Amino acid sequence: MSRLFPFHGGLKTVRHKAESHILPITAGPLPTRLVVPLRQHMGHAAKPIVQPGDRVLKGQVLGQADGFISAAIHAPTSGRVAAVDAQPVPHPSGLADWCVTLETDGEERWLAREPVPYRQLHPSALRNVLRNAGIVGLGGAVFPAAVKLNPAGHCERVDTLILNGAECEPWITCDDRLMRERAAAIVAGLEVMAYLLEPRTVLIGIEDDKPEAIAAMTAACAGTGYLVRPVPTRYPSGSAKQLILLLTGREIPEQGLPLDIGIQCFNVATAYSVQRAIHHGEPVLSRIVTVTGQVRQPRNLEVLLGTSFAELIAQCGGYREGVERLIMGGPMMGFALHSDAVPVTKATNCILAVSAAELAPEQPVLPCIRCGACVDVCPSQLLPQQLYWFARAQEFDKARAHHLFSCIECGCCSVVCPSRLPLVQYYRYAKNEIWAREQEKEKAELARQRHQARLERLEREKQEREAKLRQKAPRPAAVVAEAPQREA
Amino acid sequence: MMRFRTATSPHVRQETSVGQVMRRVLYAMTPGVAALIWFFGWGVLVNLVIATVVAVLAEMALLAARGKPVVLHLSDYSAVVTAWLLAVALPPLAPWWLTTVGVLFAIVVAKHLYGGLGYNPFNPAMVGYVVLLVSFPREMSTWLIPRGVAQVNTLSLWETVRMVVVGGPTVDGLTGATPLDVLRTQMGLGLSVAEIRNSPVFGFVSGHGWEWGVLGFLVGGLWLLRVRAADWRIPVGMLGALGLLASVFYLIDPQRYAPPWFHLWSGAAIFGAFFIATDPVTASATPRGRLLYGAGIGILVYVIRAFGGYPDGVAFSVLLMNIATPTIDLYTQPRVFGAPRP
Repeated sequence: MSRLFPFHGGLKTVRHKAESHILPITAGPLPTRLVVPLRQHMGHAAKPIVQPGDRVLKGQVLGQADGFISAAIHAPTSGRVAAVDAQPVPHPSGLADWCVTLETDGEERWLAREPVPYRQLHPSALRNVLRNAGIVGLGGAVFPAAVKLNPAGHCERVDTLILNGAECEPWITCDDRLMRERAAAIVAGLEVMAYLLEPRTVLIGIEDDKPEAIAAMTAACAGTGYLVRPVPTRYPSGSAKQLILLLTGREIPEQGLPLDIGIQCFNVATAYSVQRAIHHGEPVLSRIVTVTGQVRQPRNLEVLLGTSFAELIAQCGGYREGVERLIMGGPMMGFALHSDAVPVTKATNCILAVSAAELAPEQPVLPCIRCGACVDVCPSQLLPQQLYWFARAQEFDKARAHHLFSCIECGCCSVVCPSRLPLVQYYRYAKNEIWAREQEKEKAELARQRHQARLERLEREKQEREAKLRQKAPRPAAVVAEAPQREA
Repeated sequence: MMRFRTATSPHVRQETSVGQVMRRVLYAMTPGVAALIWFFGWGVLVNLVIATVVAVLAEMALLAARGKPVVLHLSDYSAVVTAWLLAVALPPLAPWWLTTVGVLFAIVVAKHLYGGLGYNPFNPAMVGYVVLLVSFPREMSTWLIPRGVAQVNTLSLWETVRMVVVGGPTVDGLTGATPLDVLRTQMGLGLSVAEIRNSPVFGFVSGHGWEWGVLGFLVGGLWLLRVRAADWRIPVGMLGALGLLASVFYLIDPQRYAPPWFHLWSGAAIFGAFFIATDPVTASATPRGRLLYGAGIGILVYVIRAFGGYPDGVAFSVLLMNIATPTIDLYTQPRVFGAPRP
């Protein structure tokens, strides 16, 4: 019953959880200015429906979901739209993206909100409610949740619904605090998800270094039939693929989705936001963010989307001496930021300021000695050293044949490499090259088809013209004379 | 607003380096080397010193010639490991030029001409050893008689150095054949294994004195597995295959074939399994491949010992399996996460 199925590889990483998990979740600031990106999720950016000068209420839609894989964006508080333009956003490239800038009025005036009697709604109507509430996966992948809550076309029946509270990345504790403090709300959100998916079993996976969260969730699950399953503290147990294997013994097929094998997996914070949307009528306006590392008072803040990182750092007492790098997310998969003048988005689970001492020292790389340390830790059971050679030699077909696209970029191989090779970076490079080439190919193919179609059209028109001519002036002799000419 | 420099994830790293891996190999060799010095005298140590000095100098010269950062690459300790692996395999009173030629060939030709650390398809130490074995068979088979057999080996450090550097008359009763040599030649004379093993060259399990060296290397080798500086699959594959094959033939005819424990405990079997075959650069890199690679070496070692022209065959076996490594790797890819289970 409670058997676990260990995944291959993985790592015992540094933890650094104690810095931020002691203090309770505190409300973040109410800044005078919020910069709300229109792309806070996977898929299409939201389509802005406000204009500079508009007055908006808290919870009012700023941007509508655009297309199937998209989500709505809302005003995190009341105020006036100052601009709809490109602003710096938290992205590895450091580039700007479309944002709605809001001048807040400090009044927090809400749009009318009402609980949703979800059991009376048709599943597709309920999914639409969630979509319009801007609900996306808050574990970091920010995939629109409504899409994941529709098993049609994937499986007959959902077998298992899994709630991911593993939180395996070092330093991050936002899910831990959320589970400790708001377990009942998480379970209420989970009930809505279970209503849509109708799973046989509901499992909640939590790493065993969070006993308080496990206790709180177990208590909240009493009477629901949902099972809380502590899992060993081993990175990357919080990766959906690994957690599903751990809890069910089943692997998501390569290139497949969990729903293909009747399983679905959501983050605990996503379930919480579902509860806010259904039981309180509140769209996603804020999220819990762990601010930790080299700040004076590491802690978890409940932050309005669009709040600048710099304001959160200030609320945590500012930076300590010697901050070398600012990371959004954890140290294993998070990305480094160029500046702290970027807004919190739905994907911001952690803001981590690290010192040089905590970082991998910058040392020259040495050649790969094929020691296989990477093979031992790869949770996807790949041969990272071979993928490295292929990526380096630009042998992308071979990289693909060695399952490059099964790499989840967890970073374990880079962490243990004695030659200090930036392995993950090579895989990202190879993936991007392959995608770029495929797009090129598709473009070329499209151009070829267009050209072909044009030639066919010209030929057709020519024949039609000739047929018309023949009809108008039927001169048998001339037709016979023309025939060999056409063949030539 | 604060600005920061960026880098890609992961942002943390474990304390590990190529130098650490290689240094651990050196540490792991010390018990075996100490036992060899005890039984075979200072010559073992003199060989080690000469080999190390030549290897480091050759490595520096080649790195400089190839325009590589000398200090950085020298600190990976791979040249010292190559030197030690070769030196331990040489006769304890080998003339200085023999050691030098072997080490130079290993470092210059087998390593750097192929592109340096990580790019060499063949185990450099074994290339150096085989070059010496086929070029200077007489020098390579003149082993010292270990302490405790016949006459006590009493050469002082100074006398040893003089013999290695200047050369000198071979002292009678000082040198003799290795146990595997004895086994081979006397089998040729029609003696049974049991009769041959009555010779004073043999100790409890295998060669007198040698067996303590083997024990030392086994202890060091097991430690290497423990700290994961070597993969257990290669020694298990190699010793498993060697032991299995030796058992089969021993059961068929115990008069003509030495027992499996003798094979496992003789010559370079243990040393080769833990220290030579486990060289990661030239070995297979897949989990199943490593078992196969080790097993291939074990089989070849037995075939060469029992039916081939050389008393021991670890070096040849390793080099032959080095050739097979890319093919083994290609056909032993692990099942990827999410792929159908076989």
